[in-house]
Amino acid sequence: MEKQYETVIGLEVHVELATKTKIFCGCSTAFGGAPNTHTCPVCTGMPGSLPVLNKQVVEYALAVGIAANCEINKSCRFDRKNYFYPDNPQNYQISQLYFPICINGYVEIETPSGKKKVGIHEIHMEEDAGKLIHDEWEEVSLVDYNRSGVPLIEIVSEPDMRNADEVIAYLEKLRETIQYIGASDCKLQEGSMRADVNISVREEGAEEFGTRTEMKNLNSFKAITRAIEGERARQIALLEEGGEVIQETRRWDDAKECSYPMRSKEDAQDYRYFPEPDLAPVEIDDAWILRIKSSLPEFRDAKMERYRKEFVIPEYDISIITASKHMADLFEAAAAISGQPKKVSNWLMGETLRLLKEKEMDAEDIRFSPENLAELIGLVDEKVITTSVAKEVFEVMFENNVSPKVYVEEKGLKTVGDADALQKTVEEVIAANPQSVADYRNGKEKAIGFLVGQTMKAMQGKADPGMVNSLLKELLVK
Amino acid sequence: MSILDLTAVELSAKIKAGEVTAMQAVEAVREVAAQKEDLLHCYVTFDAEGAIKKAEQVQKKIEAGEITGPLAGVPAAVKDNICTKGTLTTCSSKILGNFVPSFSAQAVVELERAGAVILGKTNMDEFAMGSTTETSAFGITRNPSNAEHVPGGSSGGSAAAVAAGECFFALGSDTGGSIRQPASFCGVVGLKPTYGTVSRYGLIAYASSLDQIGPLTKDVTDCAALLEALAKHDAKDSTSVKREDTDFLDALTEDVKGMRIGIPRDYFGEGLHPEVKEAVLQAAKALEEKGAVLEEFDLSLVDYAIPAYYTIAAAEASSNLERFDGIKYGYRTEEYEGLHNMYKKTRSEGFGAEVKRRIMLGSFVLSSGYYDAYYLKALRVRALIKKAFDDAFEKYDIILGPAAPTTAPVLGTSLKDPIKMYLGDIYTISANLAGLCAISVPCGKDAKGLPIGLQLIGDCFQEKKLLRAAYAYERSVICTGKEA
Repeated sequence: MEKQYETVIGLEVHVELATKTKIFCGCSTAFGGAPNTHTCPVCTGMPGSLPVLNKQVVEYALAVGIAANCEINKSCRFDRKNYFYPDNPQNYQISQLYFPICINGYVEIETPSGKKKVGIHEIHMEEDAGKLIHDEWEEVSLVDYNRSGVPLIEIVSEPDMRNADEVIAYLEKLRETIQYIGASDCKLQEGSMRADVNISVREEGAEEFGTRTEMKNLNSFKAITRAIEGERARQIALLEEGGEVIQETRRWDDAKECSYPMRSKEDAQDYRYFPEPDLAPVEIDDAWILRIKSSLPEFRDAKMERYRKEFVIPEYDISIITASKHMADLFEAAAAISGQPKKVSNWLMGETLRLLKEKEMDAEDIRFSPENLAELIGLVDEKVITTSVAKEVFEVMFENNVSPKVYVEEKGLKTVGDADALQKTVEEVIAANPQSVADYRNGKEKAIGFLVGQTMKAMQGKADPGMVNSLLKELLVK
Repeated sequence: MSILDLTAVELSAKIKAGEVTAMQAVEAVREVAAQKEDLLHCYVTFDAEGAIKKAEQVQKKIEAGEITGPLAGVPAAVKDNICTKGTLTTCSSKILGNFVPSFSAQAVVELERAGAVILGKTNMDEFAMGSTTETSAFGITRNPSNAEHVPGGSSGGSAAAVAAGECFFALGSDTGGSIRQPASFCGVVGLKPTYGTVSRYGLIAYASSLDQIGPLTKDVTDCAALLEALAKHDAKDSTSVKREDTDFLDALTEDVKGMRIGIPRDYFGEGLHPEVKEAVLQAAKALEEKGAVLEEFDLSLVDYAIPAYYTIAAAEASSNLERFDGIKYGYRTEEYEGLHNMYKKTRSEGFGAEVKRRIMLGSFVLSSGYYDAYYLKALRVRALIKKAFDDAFEKYDIILGPAAPTTAPVLGTSLKDPIKMYLGDIYTISANLAGLCAISVPCGKDAKGLPIGLQLIGDCFQEKKLLRAAYAYERSVICTGKEA
C-alpha cells in the first residue's frame, strides 16, 4: 500500500503597522516619497543617533495580541539582531527575541473540514529595512532608507496547519482581525503583509515532525496555495526516492510554479542577538492592557451574528459586507441614514463589488461616504432619478464621492416628470416606428418593449419607464 | 593675574563684569596652544578662527543680558566622539577620518546654550577604547606634567587640554573610567555622572549601557557648574532620566560633618602603587579632620568587575561599531570586489588594533553557544556588583579610593600588554557597571611630579553629596596650603 503523508505547516507573518511615524523616530511612514526623503539621523544609522520607541506600535501590537488570545509580557524588551547588509543602516535590526510582547495565543479558523484553533507562538515588534535599488546600466546599487524603521509585527504561528486551506483561512483570519483593529491594511501584493511558510511532511500517524523548509517570496494567497502544494510534492518525492529533506530556505517562483534553494541551515547566520541597550524595557501594566482590550472593535464573528438579528439581508451579503470593517461601517451608517438596509446592501453587493473588481481595488479603498450612498437611494426612492441614471451617478460617486443630489442637479439628470415633453417624445417615437406600432395593434404585446426602449433612449434615460409604458399604451389605443 | 590662571567660573564672572571679553579669552588660549600644541597634541581639530567668531556672538548675547550663566563666554573643548554639527568628528579613527555630523550632540547644544565657546575637538583613544590616548589614529597626546608620559585615556586630549590651559574646561566620556583616569593622570577634576544624567544623543557609542558624557575641569566648582548645564532630560535619549536636583553649584559647601565615608579594603591591596596609596589615605584623613566618619569595609566581587566589564563593553561595542561599513559615510577602501570584500577591506583598514581586538572579543561572547557562558554570566555579575554597592550605600554616603593604581605610565609601555592595561581600570569600572556617579580630584603628586587622583564614588543620583565631599577636600588642600 502506498504511504500516506501529512503536511505540517507553520507561518511567520510580517505585518507593516499603519502608524503615521516610524518605530524609533519621527519620520513619516508614507509610501512612495522620493528616495531618502522620509529619513533622519536615526533611521539612516548616523553615528550618535538613538532610537525612541513609538508608543502607537506597542498599542497596535497589544491589540493584535489580545485579539489573538495571547499572554502579554508585561516587561517586554528589544534585542539587536546583528547582520551586515546595506539596506540595514546600523547593520543590526532592532527586534525582539528574548521577551517578545505577546506569547502563547491562538486564532480560530473555519474550513470545509470544520473549526480549528491555530496556536500563536509569539508576536514581536521590529523595524523594517530600507530598499536596495540595483542600477541596470551601471555596476552600482543605490539604497533608499524611506522604509527603514517602518514598524512591523511578526506573528509566528505554531506548526498547527495541515493543508493550504487551513493556511489561507488562518491568513484571512489574521488579516481580517488586524484590519478590524486598524493596525494595518494587510496587502500581500504591496508587501504590508508578508508570509513565510515553514513546511514539512511526515508519514500519517508519525509522532516526530519531518525536516522543514522555509518558503519565501509569496505575494498572494494563490501563490501560497501553489507553493504549499508544490513543496509538499517535492518533499514527498524526495522521501519516496529514499532521499531526505534538507533544512533550508527556498524561494518560490510563482510564474514557473517551482522553488529554488536560497540558503541552507549550514549557511545560516549567527545573529548574535543581545538586549538593545539604547531602549528601556517596555513596562505594560494591567490598566494599559485593559484600556486596549476595551478599545478593541466588534470583530467579524460577533458582527455577523448581530447582522443576522438586526438586518433582513441574505447570509451571503452579511459575509461579504463584514469581510471588511470599512465596508461594514459604511453599510451600517448608510443603512441607519436611509433606513433601507436591503437597498444599501444591494448597492454594495452589486455595483460596488463590480467596480472594485474592475478597478482592482480592495474594500478598504472605498472612498464614497455613507451619507452620499443614502442620498442616492433617496433620489431613486423619490423617483427623482431612474435606476439607470442612478447607476451612472453611482459610478461618479464611487470615483469622487460627489453628492448625488448636487451631481444630478448640475448635470440635469432628473427624471422628466413634465407630461408634455414626455407626450411629445412618445408621439415622435410612435410616428417613427410604424412597424412596431402595427405589430402591437395586431396583438403582439411584446412590441411595446421596443417602443419603451426607444423612448428611454430619446429621453437619455431620464424618463420613468413605468410612466412611458402607460403613456404608450394610452396613445397606441387611440 | 593672567586670564589663564582663572577657573571657568571666575573667567565668566569677569566677562560678565566687562573686565575681559570672550574674544580675549579665546586669544589667550590660542597663544597657549600655539606654544604647546605641537608637543602635547591635545586636539584633533582646533579652530581658533571659528572660536573667535563664536566668541563675538556670545559676547553680544552676554552684553545684551541674554546669556547669564556661570559658563558664559568660556572657551571649551569637546572630546572627538561627541558630534558637533559641521565640525569633523572622528572618534580618533581612520574610519571616521572625514566624518562631519549633520547634527550636534545634546550635550554640545547645552554647552552652547550656556554660552560656552567651543574651540575644537580633543584627541582620544580610538572609539574611546584604551587608557592612554595612544590608540588614536591621529597621533598620541602627551601629559602636560611630563611629556614623556601618557595623559591617560580615553579622554586624554580633554584632560591634557584642561591641564595645559589649552581650554578652560572640556567634555569627556566615561565608559570604564575614561574621564576619571585621565583626570587623575593630568591633575584635573573629572566626573562621571549617574547613568542617564547627561543625554547620550550625539555621543558616538562605545558601550551604550555604560557610556556617560561628563566634565573635565580645573576645580570642583567648575565641575558643578558644567554638570548643572549638562544634566537635562532629553526625550531623544530613552535612557535619559528626569532629575529635579540639578542645582549642583548650591551643593558646594564644606560641610562634611557626619558624612559616612567607606573605604574598601579591596581598593588598597595588591597592585596599588605605594605613593598613590599614601596620597589617597592622606586625602581621606583630610576629610576626617573636617568631620567625616571613615570606615574600612569589604566591597567584594572586585576581582570579577574587570572580566564582566570587558565582556559587556566589548559585546555592545561589536554591535555599535557595525554601522561603520564604508557604505553611508566615513572611510571606504579604494579597491574592492563586491560587497563583502568592501566591508572586509574597509573595516580592516579603517579600524586600529585595539578596536579590532574588542570587536572580535565582543562578537565572540555574543555568538551562539557562548552567549550564556560569557555575556549572560557577565550580566549576572553586573547585577551582583550593583547589589554590593547598594549594600555599601546603605552604610556609607560616599566610597573613597584611588582613581587608578599608578600615576601616568611612560609613553609606549602600555599597549604591549593589553591585559595589564585592562587591569588598570579596576577602580573605575564598577561605577559604570552599577551606573553610579564618581569623581576624581587631584590629591598630590608622586616623586616624579606626576599627579595622583582621589576617587569618590556616590550612589545613583547623589552627585550633590559627591561634589560636597570633593569640594570640602579641595578647600582643605587650599586652606592648609598643601600642594594638590
